[in-house]
Amino acid sequence: MTVLYFAWVRSRIGTGSESIALPDGVRDVAGLIEWLQRRGGGYADAFADPSQVRVAVNQEYVDPDHPLSDADEVAFFPPVTGG
Amino acid sequence: MIRVQRDDFDLGAELDALACGNHRVGGLASFVGLVRDMAGDGPVTAMTLEHYPGMTERQLAAIEAEAHRRWPLEASLIIHRFGRLEPGDRVVLVACASAHRQAALAACHFLIDWLKTRAPFWKHEEAPDGGGDWVRAREVDDRAAAAWDRNEG
Repeated sequence: MTVLYFAWVRSRIGTGSESIALPDGVRDVAGLIEWLQRRGGGYADAFADPSQVRVAVNQEYVDPDHPLSDADEVAFFPPVTGG
Repeated sequence: MIRVQRDDFDLGAELDALACGNHRVGGLASFVGLVRDMAGDGPVTAMTLEHYPGMTERQLAAIEAEAHRRWPLEASLIIHRFGRLEPGDRVVLVACASAHRQAALAACHFLIDWLKTRAPFWKHEEAPDGGGDWVRAREVDDRAAAAWDRNEG
């Protein structure tokens, strides 16, 4: 998977993009968030309150129970503030 | 039409082009968002807009299509800038052309309300002391967008 981070999620984690092989046992967005939290450091900081993080899979907004596959582009970011 | 760009735009030229040659257009409404020099916590010297290339265009196109579904529009335009902007700079233009003013004005209002809660842009503000922080999403914006979910226009 390509995993993208934007705004303060990016700055807390320290990178805007990385490639992650779908980890064993991770089936959906909620599972990936738990897996990323277990990496600790900036990841734990960025996902300390997952309710503050929005998720898109293949550039569409999704809920935490959205299933994942290795070909997906997954993005994590704060609520948007454009306009 | 959707444009996501770093550069400024010519307001007059963009509005002229939207209705140019289409004499079914009787009303042209627009909204222009500008960078303010004050935020909730104090003065702002500049802001940087980050976005998600690809998803931004997809979301703006979906929002624009929804406006065309709800109102009889002859043309519409969304321009949103990214990168570093200073107070007074234009951030966003939303414009709608229709036979009558009601549809043009309502669609314009709808587009900016929906854009603010769905288009993946994030503002980072710079303060005079060199500090900076990410702008927090506002509940009032969520409520404004949600009102359009309940009200089909």
